[in-house]
Amino acid sequence: MRKILKSPTGLIGTVLLAIVFFVTVFGPWVAPYDPQAFDPINRLAGPSLQHWLGTDQYGRDLFSRMLNGAPSTVAFGLGATLLGVGVGSIIGVIAGVAGGRTDSIIMRILDGMLAMPELLFTLLIVTFLGGGTTQAMLAVAVTFTPGMARIARSSVLSVRTREYVLAAQARGESQSWIVGREVLPNALGPIIVEATIRVSFAIMIGATLGFLGLGAQPPSTEWGLMVAESRQFMFRNPWCVAVPGLAIAITAMGFNLFGDALRDAFDPKRSH
Amino acid sequence: MSLAYFLRRFGAVLVVLCIVSVAVFSITTVLPGNAALMILGENASAENLAALERQLGLDQPLIAQYFQWVGGVLQGDFGTSLRLQLPVAQVVGDAFWNSMALAAIALVSVTIIAIPLGTLAALRRGSVWDLLIGLLSYVGTALPEFVTATLLLVFFADPARQLLPAGGFVSPTEDFGGFLEHAILPSATLGLILMAHISRQVRSELSEVLSSDYVRAARLKGLREKRVIRRHALPNSLAPAVAVISLDIGYLLGGIIVVEEIFAWPGLGRLLIYALQNRDLPVIQAVTLLLAVVYALSNLLADVVIAKLDPRVRYA
Repeated sequence: MRKILKSPTGLIGTVLLAIVFFVTVFGPWVAPYDPQAFDPINRLAGPSLQHWLGTDQYGRDLFSRMLNGAPSTVAFGLGATLLGVGVGSIIGVIAGVAGGRTDSIIMRILDGMLAMPELLFTLLIVTFLGGGTTQAMLAVAVTFTPGMARIARSSVLSVRTREYVLAAQARGESQSWIVGREVLPNALGPIIVEATIRVSFAIMIGATLGFLGLGAQPPSTEWGLMVAESRQFMFRNPWCVAVPGLAIAITAMGFNLFGDALRDAFDPKRSH
Repeated sequence: MSLAYFLRRFGAVLVVLCIVSVAVFSITTVLPGNAALMILGENASAENLAALERQLGLDQPLIAQYFQWVGGVLQGDFGTSLRLQLPVAQVVGDAFWNSMALAAIALVSVTIIAIPLGTLAALRRGSVWDLLIGLLSYVGTALPEFVTATLLLVFFADPARQLLPAGGFVSPTEDFGGFLEHAILPSATLGLILMAHISRQVRSELSEVLSSDYVRAARLKGLREKRVIRRHALPNSLAPAVAVISLDIGYLLGGIIVVEEIFAWPGLGRLLIYALQNRDLPVIQAVTLLLAVVYALSNLLADVVIAKLDPRVRYA
């Protein structure tokens, strides 16, 4: 952790993430207004003392809406990534440990899944499942699975021939003990790094789906949906698209920077 | 560049495309409601449905349906759009070229800007320029396309100022200037993310190469710095940049879906969203397959370019 805080990217990333998590946990309580409260007199207002970041087309307080949207937006990213990373890693570890035919069959199928642009794949699955937050989360998780499986596999393969694994084999340890105690803990680094960076992708894809009307549904305060809802009014009050947009950017940047710093901390060779 | 290498890569692409066609076909056939139901509507009688299903071949086993579809696709027949009542090939044709034009403009302009930016950052590491370029690339990767697009619209397409059109399309054969004017904002949106990736990659590769032995040797030979960079350092750091560009084509093709929808650009992405909303299965299948083919072919092209730039790859 000290290593991470030492690099400027790591420091900025950590600070941004700390802010994001604070807002995610406490945001809805600190919000000065009810995020759904209409204020017909102050519609599409700019920032003022009364409304710090202005109001949207119904006069709803943008600052409060942004704070309230944080938990759902961040939870979406974390949930989708955890699910995708979990399933992907299991598949990848199986392929890496089994080797031979199982491995090549799994890899061919993954190649086919990876041959479609990510967003396209997600869109197809969401349409198949029907729109909505849970469906969007599942779709992102499925999209992440093949890529994560690949990384988990290559990570397992690079560990599998190390001396300590060979030593365990020579000691006559069981296959499951070797995989669980020797291979997995050492193969975990790249998986964690990739997962951290992917949270930011998940958040961005989730917001994009919300924007396209396939993810969160009104009156949710999910950030992508907020941008979509007030797009018509963006020339009259740019704040109502800028606030949720920048919130997405800050969150995604936090995970990105932190992930990069994490990678450098795990692998000092690449840190330049 | 050996022929064997190319053929091997090409074979791999064909295998992948076969898998993709199966995937596309199965995803669209498991979508609730089949084509017959789409055409006749919810209130159709069971006999009418059954008759139309027989006519469309939907009562045959899935494998037979798949081969019928693939057979048609290989002959350029993608079926008939359920909503537009037009041959899919005709609907998709124009959209395909519009999309490719947009993608090409974005890709070319980004490459022209990003490689010098990355080079500058690597040569002046730790300077204000490096910091600014690094910051730009971090912001670029953290902004989803729809946010970038919306912010660009706010800045450049405000009706009060009328700097650039907020959306739409002009055919390049009718009015090339107008076409370019309409392409600026969409391609800038697509370009920002790509620029971030590419310039970052060039920077990190070039900094690695600059600290390598052969660059030190070239400098010790007394070559001028300009020559060291142009002849020794840059060519060796471009291969990984091309690799990143080819990966980025995946982002580009995904991004195009959102960007075309926002800027009302009549391309594959917009068509896809229309088809998804209307459950127009043949169009969904055709667009998805086309995008996957473009992606696979551009990856192949990138592999060939990388092999040209870096002889070591060919024998790997």
